[in-house]
Amino acid sequence: MARLIVMGGGVSGHTTATFAKKWLGNDHEVVVVTPNAQWNWIPSNIWVGVGQMQKKDVVFPLAPIYEKAGIDYRQALATEIHPNGKEGSDKPYIVIQSTKEGKAGKTEELEYDYLVNATGPKLNFDATPGLGNGKGQMGTNTVSVCTADHAVHANLELQQVFEKARKAKENGTGERQKILVGTGHGMCTCQGAAFEYIFNIEHEAKKAGVRDMLDIKWISNEAFLGDFGMGGLHMKVGGYAVSSKLFAESLYAERNVEWIIGAHTSKVEEGKIEYELLDGTKHEEEFDFAMLIPPFAGVGFKAYDKDGSDMTDVLFAPNGFMKVDAKYDAGAYENWKASDWPRTYQNPTFDNIFAAGIAFAPPHLISKPMSSPNGTPINPTPPRTGMPAGIIGKAVAHSVCDMIKNGKENAHLHEASMAEMGAACVASAGKGILDGTAAAMTVYPVVPDFEKYPGTGRDTDYTFGEIGLAGHWIKHILHHMFIYKAKLKPGWTLIPE
Amino acid sequence: MKKEELNFSKNNQFNLTMLPGKFAKAMRTCKIWQFFRFMVINIKMLIVVRKSH
Repeated sequence: MARLIVMGGGVSGHTTATFAKKWLGNDHEVVVVTPNAQWNWIPSNIWVGVGQMQKKDVVFPLAPIYEKAGIDYRQALATEIHPNGKEGSDKPYIVIQSTKEGKAGKTEELEYDYLVNATGPKLNFDATPGLGNGKGQMGTNTVSVCTADHAVHANLELQQVFEKARKAKENGTGERQKILVGTGHGMCTCQGAAFEYIFNIEHEAKKAGVRDMLDIKWISNEAFLGDFGMGGLHMKVGGYAVSSKLFAESLYAERNVEWIIGAHTSKVEEGKIEYELLDGTKHEEEFDFAMLIPPFAGVGFKAYDKDGSDMTDVLFAPNGFMKVDAKYDAGAYENWKASDWPRTYQNPTFDNIFAAGIAFAPPHLISKPMSSPNGTPINPTPPRTGMPAGIIGKAVAHSVCDMIKNGKENAHLHEASMAEMGAACVASAGKGILDGTAAAMTVYPVVPDFEKYPGTGRDTDYTFGEIGLAGHWIKHILHHMFIYKAKLKPGWTLIPE
Repeated sequence: MKKEELNFSKNNQFNLTMLPGKFAKAMRTCKIWQFFRFMVINIKMLIVVRKSH
């Protein structure tokens, strides 16, 4: 009996573990190690953050789902990987630290035959002074929607701002509230979440009758609006192939949302941020309410060799993400190719270790690298969430199952390159079954391939976007569909990632 | 005065982009048109999903 350990229970880890268990049956063991007791459909945190959903709508307990599936669930934080075993044993193992109530802090060694790292990111709030609390958690100056609890807190703060705006309007004082949404560092990813949040705030402010009392501003590390960490995209509209820049700018202008782009937020204080622009100039921006996405980093695993020596740099890139079969020495932007991107997500040193979703180290950015004259890098890092995370998780599960069933020599490693994979993305711009809107987009492939598609790098027949109520309906259906799938209800395998 | 064009004058950022007119905005929440778009978008997304697996 082989044992597969999946570290992480998010979109990618949950997909890997559930498919692996389904394909392996009871002949082999699947273990999930995740510090969280609940699964969270993160895309809907946006609606929790504006009070249109409650936390219970976007989370559910993992334990009964894994019990039903026959998966060994450990509510714990994986901290160390020992891929060569220890003195006296060649069996690889990981060290986990329980986060379960009553057992918190208790450590345990778990041996494995195959290991999948799907931890997702560490929310690196402390990368920007004042954004974090200095202890790795979110600080008190801004809010976030990265977790369900963060989103609940964000909504409480937002409602206070709306209340102040309402009172100012009633009293005729004219005191306006400043709302700032975007990225909290020059190397952030996940602009899409902030994009959704700012337009949902705008939509809710209109519904609450306080939009005219709010100054809503966007701040982002993107070199242009609509970059989204993918170098933007081109869509066919009205017979033209046009850049997402034009559509994003149009949406911001239509909703009266000003923007600051090419910005590295360097410091956050109560009611104020300091930021540096791509031209090297430094500025300040005041706010009454700010939601700034933190940069992502690897979760901070340590890896040790048999003799106890540190070998973290063998398994992980300097940013803490796991090395896989990507080309990490591609060099300058001009040399970047679609083929640099990983296909199997297998670690090059240990063939029984894989990384899926955000946990794998990308070979380089997708967007063109930029930095200010002061040397500050200001560019979005590649998105690896949502559909790609699910597809990669499933491909990795396939590979591991084949290796277990057929042996490593005969196994077929399944491929899921982001340069050959598309993504469907629905970005909410306001919730409402009859008056909501969302930008529905597909992009193919996620990583542009300029050799195959000279010009835009993508197939414009399969790269499109439009905003409307239909997008909102799709977003709402996806919310229920993916929670249904994650709960492993009848027919869950028929729902694509 | 066309209300939907007002934002062009609010700042230079807005002035250099495009703004939807009354018709385009109305179509975004027109239930019949959006039902049709719902079908079209779903088909397009399914094709991309199929190509990606």
